[in-house]
Amino acid sequence: MSVTGAATVPSGKAQNSAAEAIHVENLHKKFGQLHVLKGVSLSARDGEVIAIIGGSGSGKSTLLRCINCLENPTSGIIRVNGEEIKLKADSHGHTIPADRRQIERIRSKLGMVFQNFNLWSHMTLIENVIEVPVHVLGVKRDVAIKEAEKLLSRVGLAEKRDVYPAYLSGGQQQRAAIARALAINPRVMLFDEPTSALDPELVGEVLKVIGDLAREGRTMVLVTHEMKFAREVATHVVYLYNGLVEEEGPPEQIFGAPKSERLKQFIRNIG
Amino acid sequence: MSQGHGASAMPLGPIFPRHACRRRCRRRLEPAIRGATLIDALLSASAAGIIELLSYNPPGWGGKLLFGLLHSLEIALGATCLGLMIGTAGAFGKLYGGPVVRDLLAVYTTVVRAVPELVLILLLYYAGTDLINQLLAALGYQRLDISGLAAGIAVLGFVQGAYSTEVIRGAILAIPQGQIEAARAYGMSPGLMLRRITLPAMLPFAIPGLANLWLIATKDTALLAVVGFEELALATRQAAGVTKAYFTFFFAAALLYLVVSLISNFLIGRVEARSRRGMPSIKEAR
Repeated sequence: MSVTGAATVPSGKAQNSAAEAIHVENLHKKFGQLHVLKGVSLSARDGEVIAIIGGSGSGKSTLLRCINCLENPTSGIIRVNGEEIKLKADSHGHTIPADRRQIERIRSKLGMVFQNFNLWSHMTLIENVIEVPVHVLGVKRDVAIKEAEKLLSRVGLAEKRDVYPAYLSGGQQQRAAIARALAINPRVMLFDEPTSALDPELVGEVLKVIGDLAREGRTMVLVTHEMKFAREVATHVVYLYNGLVEEEGPPEQIFGAPKSERLKQFIRNIG
Repeated sequence: MSQGHGASAMPLGPIFPRHACRRRCRRRLEPAIRGATLIDALLSASAAGIIELLSYNPPGWGGKLLFGLLHSLEIALGATCLGLMIGTAGAFGKLYGGPVVRDLLAVYTTVVRAVPELVLILLLYYAGTDLINQLLAALGYQRLDISGLAAGIAVLGFVQGAYSTEVIRGAILAIPQGQIEAARAYGMSPGLMLRRITLPAMLPFAIPGLANLWLIATKDTALLAVVGFEELALATRQAAGVTKAYFTFFFAAALLYLVVSLISNFLIGRVEARSRRGMPSIKEAR
């Protein structure tokens, strides 16, 4: 096998994409006049942890949200598990998913964790965790509950199973949100700045859970401001600047020997 | 005649001194006499009369009143259910629909909320049934005898729908968008998302407004008396008209409406508490 080490795979050959969990190619996203992504490519193979870093407004969250079409890309190719998301133009010329069932199926394989947790406030933690397995994936309720209890104790929330999210700290809510993402046994986990909304003393407990997942070989795409953490857990780091990939590579190279002047400055400022 | 009248007022002379102007005297004296006879009448009636008047079986009118109340509740329930369905669909149409749908809904909610309900009821009841029958005739079907119950539910439901649309639209807008986004991100279909996330999440914001609409609906049923539908208000008017015991019957009807409101308040309170189960008490945040 002559698989290249580069994360951007320019060709869309079938044998290459088979090993890829996520493949993004030449992605553009415009919000009206604002050109947020200007042709970004990204790839995540099984077991890889991709960290996307970059300054505010660089488009890193938008890139992540395009992967499961929470934002519809203006143009470009997105493949999940080798399956290309079919897009079409609507009557206003906006790109939208062409096949609702396809996008729903793909989304149900991607475990998304949000900056603001976004737990469903009218459900207890256990109900939050079993909601998607039971109602989207068709898992039997008692099976789902057993699995959810395991996941909640894994993130240290076993005794909070019947508590509503509003009664928990941010760190607890985010750990519950991670359990909710794990409950669908996701092919890839997507983290959108999972610790940005947390009090500093709560960041550690969430990073510990994410780090454990990374070490056990979960495929992840992680948008983060935690450089130290990205360096620890990522297998590949992508630095976005102004809607383009400015530099990418293994964490030692990105943080140890950055080439781009902008990246050097970014690391200095954050560091 | 005038002499006679003056004479009849005479015994009260010492208490109500007579004046030169006879007209003023009449004004003063008659309410006093009426008041006395009213209290007398009430007292004597209360002994047995009221119970007899309100007894369930004829010659009592209680059964007829309760029957009218049942009709009122049937209509209010039906209209509220229909209104909720129209309102939910309308709210989603207004929020997520295309430009044509949104414009049509804007016309619907504006017109219905601008025209007095009584006018709408008369218009929709007579014009609506006529229109349906003309349509049926044009298509070669027989004329339909539309029941008062069905027409009442349809008309009030149509009115309720316009108000519900706005209440539910506001409630949906109050849901933290992240929760909707999470549902989308996990591959929920629109129907599932509506059932599992959007409706339960908007309920705590919608219930105060919808509870208002329900109470208004129970009372709006009285408007259907004008088209001859026998609900509580018309039954009361008939009973009062026949027996001349206006006070007794209208007071009884008012009590029935009050009881309906009190029971509704109790039930709605429980539903509201249940819908707010995930929200910390507002008192703690004071």
